[in-house]
Amino acid sequence: MRVLMFGWEFPPHISGGLGTASYGLTKGMASLENIEVLFVVPKAWGDEDQTIVRLIGANRVPVAFKKIHFKGFKKGIEKIEIFSKVIPYTDPEDFWKKAGEEIAGYKLLVKTNSQGTVDFSGRYGSNLMEEIYKYSVVASVIAAENEFDIIHAHDWLAYPAGIAAMQISGKPLVIHVHATDFDRSGGNVNPDVYKIEKEGMDAASKIITVSNLTRNIVVNRYGIDPSKVETVYNAVEPLDNEDIHFEKGFNEKVVTFLGRITLQKGPEYFIEAAYKVLQRMGNVRFVMAGSGDMMERMIRRAAALKITDRFHFPGFLRGDDVFRMLAMSDVYVMPSVSEPFGISPLEAMQSNVPVIISKQSGVAEILTHAVKLDFWDIDAMSDAIYGILNYPALSSLFIKNGKEEVIRLKWENSARYVKEIYEEVLLNN
Amino acid sequence: MSNLKNNKAICLYFQVHQPFRLKRYRFFNLGSDHYYYDDFNNESIMRKVAEKCYLPANEVLLKLISKHKDKFKVAFSISGIALNQFRLYAPEVLDSFKKLAETGMVEFLGETFSHSLASLKNREEFENQVIRHSSMMKEFFGVDPVTFRNTELIYSDEIGEWVSEMGFKAVLAEGAKHILGWKSPNFLYCNAANPRLKVLLRNFVLSDDIAFRFANKDWSEWPLTADKYATWIKKLSTEGELVNIFIDYETFGEHNWKETGIFDFLEHLPGAVMKKTPFKFMTPAEVAENLQPVSAINVNTPISWADEERDVTAWMGNELQVAAIDKLYSLYDRVKECDDESIKKNWDYLQTSDHFYYMATKFFSDGVVHKYFNPYESPYDAFLNYMNVLSDFEILLKRAFPVHEEDKIQQLEWELDIKEEKIKTLSKEIEKLKGTPVHRKGEAISGSGGGKPKETPPPEKAAAPKKESKTKKETAASDAKKPVGKAVKAAASSGKATKTVAPSGSAKKTAASEAKKSAGKATKTAGSSGSAKKTLRK
Repeated sequence: MRVLMFGWEFPPHISGGLGTASYGLTKGMASLENIEVLFVVPKAWGDEDQTIVRLIGANRVPVAFKKIHFKGFKKGIEKIEIFSKVIPYTDPEDFWKKAGEEIAGYKLLVKTNSQGTVDFSGRYGSNLMEEIYKYSVVASVIAAENEFDIIHAHDWLAYPAGIAAMQISGKPLVIHVHATDFDRSGGNVNPDVYKIEKEGMDAASKIITVSNLTRNIVVNRYGIDPSKVETVYNAVEPLDNEDIHFEKGFNEKVVTFLGRITLQKGPEYFIEAAYKVLQRMGNVRFVMAGSGDMMERMIRRAAALKITDRFHFPGFLRGDDVFRMLAMSDVYVMPSVSEPFGISPLEAMQSNVPVIISKQSGVAEILTHAVKLDFWDIDAMSDAIYGILNYPALSSLFIKNGKEEVIRLKWENSARYVKEIYEEVLLNN
Repeated sequence: MSNLKNNKAICLYFQVHQPFRLKRYRFFNLGSDHYYYDDFNNESIMRKVAEKCYLPANEVLLKLISKHKDKFKVAFSISGIALNQFRLYAPEVLDSFKKLAETGMVEFLGETFSHSLASLKNREEFENQVIRHSSMMKEFFGVDPVTFRNTELIYSDEIGEWVSEMGFKAVLAEGAKHILGWKSPNFLYCNAANPRLKVLLRNFVLSDDIAFRFANKDWSEWPLTADKYATWIKKLSTEGELVNIFIDYETFGEHNWKETGIFDFLEHLPGAVMKKTPFKFMTPAEVAENLQPVSAINVNTPISWADEERDVTAWMGNELQVAAIDKLYSLYDRVKECDDESIKKNWDYLQTSDHFYYMATKFFSDGVVHKYFNPYESPYDAFLNYMNVLSDFEILLKRAFPVHEEDKIQQLEWELDIKEEKIKTLSKEIEKLKGTPVHRKGEAISGSGGGKPKETPPPEKAAAPKKESKTKKETAASDAKKPVGKAVKAAASSGKATKTVAPSGSAKKTAASEAKKSAGKATKTAGSSGSAKKTLRK
């Protein structure tokens, strides 16, 4: 079975959970038999690990003057050849002009460079919508040029690409919901994003969600038939740098928040809980590692609470710094307001750190050896932090049982479930 | 009573207990909020159980006792905690138990006041609680318990010995398979160390048929009737003398609701047993008096009636439980000295075994019962809350009884005295050393008594093993400086040069002791050790 998979990021160029999860799943699939994955990202940098998967960068696919063969757009029009549907253009003004007149037709517009390929930033910039569009155009070229049985698109950024590939190839589409705009926006859903998400979900033969929490959102907020949606939990890569040993330069406890400092992650609840703990004990420091649009507000709040001497903002951590931070930590807190899954607590548990997670996270559905509480329950949060720091038996049992628990969460198992879903889709196709 | 001799006996015992559940206690209340209990929950659960179980079941028993004159008997063990809850929330339950007591057909067993695990941690506290519980039985029901049943039927040879020494004639225990081996629980046994203490073992199959399986529609024997049950008992008459049915009283009406027919079962059971079997209802005390023990039963490690394992891991099976219990009983000495009523009360209530049961992580495999009435979402949560409460209790204890601060000061003064003594003896030695021709510089001296160089720790450590004596030594050293001799020079230089030589402390000691014997010899030894070092240096 060959899978054409559309993602947005691939290690080492990842900025969040999406890249980690889609890579982990791909790696899990590589360990299964009879399955081969072609992984497409908008931008391949050239230094990605391709031992487990063939990686295609959309930025390296020549698209200019390509003939695209629509094999199964609709029943009855199979094998109708449509020429020159990709019209390369070089002048932006030209694009807007043409875009207006071509909307009704089938022509796809995309800007190419001198090599006849499309440029991608590979980031989540202000021209994200344009990137998504360009990605879908190149996807149809890739779909036309490769053999595969099924299409798998990770998250909304890749849904249009998946749909395009589906339309070109006539192969079934599976989409993988790692998050919805309801999670990201805290309720103020961007209608453009919602539209793309909804289209992807409608077009897909099967929808994979990373938790039942997300599954419910997909069913209730997007009006999708529940029988079409299945939950496959994420897993975590075994730690390969377990030796990272980091000595704290001080003899104080460390409580860590690690993630984007945005509404979705609930940073303000962490600060309030920190304040409560600091009222009671002195030998503890709080760290809010990450960056995001709420960072300034959080710094101001910490200052207003007069806890800045004990509350630190080291910024966004990369690579080994993350593990160093975890090695220093005595408690890891993920107070997310809405977290479709949340791999980071699993990484903390691997690093022998007890975790406190919100019940509003998908990972709470599978973890037993973690403190689970409502994100808004600052009392419970501070109490749990205090308890773990002050009652050594609690901390040591969390570490011991947590490690055992997290070892059992293997990508291979997730991949196996996904494969079963593929087989089911192909059977019904 | 002789007419009971050589008879077969059936013994019913019901456990009555409700814990004082703790309220949600956050750490930021430490030191300011000293009330720990969830009154609403405790009251509503007690009211509920009283109405569904205690009152109707007592009524049935009362009826049965008057119906089967002198032929139907039961035993109760009611924890002191439960009695306190009756007084607070359901006094009519207490009255109905008193009525049962007045019939004379009911035996009240002894147990720990707090339904505690003290028998596993602290004998003194255990005995203290048993005595208090017994006096409570006397006060409420006018009886002195002669049969003992420990919390959750926890029993070992040692616990048996303790209660035997306290005057109990019999004890109840679990008929655990791993203890019995090929033996049958359907006989009377005695304690391994003290044969005068009779041991009644629970028939867990017949007990659990009522307690756990009665309402289970998937059970092949469902529905269970009193007649059917009586035929099972009858079957045992060919091979056994004693059938012990030990169950939680809440089995009637609470674990099994009225609608399951459990009360009808109870109502018809005595008649069916009397009609169909040769077994006669006896209280545990009567059993102990009238049946002959067939052998001693060895129980080296504590057993209980809980879970598949029948051990104490339901309360002390994980690190959380062990930490919490250890912490609790570490406060014992302090509590013992205090006579503050509220502290004593908290001490009692915090010992209740249920608190530790909630912390069991076993429920991941062995579920249902552990979750019953469990106010916590997880064992971690239970531990967290309990430890917060316990921390506050400790604060309270320390605040109310700062005697221990004084104790500390006394301790320190006592230590100071000892050190003073040491300094005195050391100065005397130095005085003596002064009189000898050999003088040494304390800090730098090295060399073994026998003159052989040895591997030793760095001299600076050895030179001042005791801080307090250091100053004295230093003065001694400065005194010794004046009459500097060859040996001192040699020793000083060798001390600097080689770290791998004997500690000056021992050298001094030997020098001192040798000085006592004869000054001349000491000189010789010192000289030789000095020369030994010289060679080393080369």
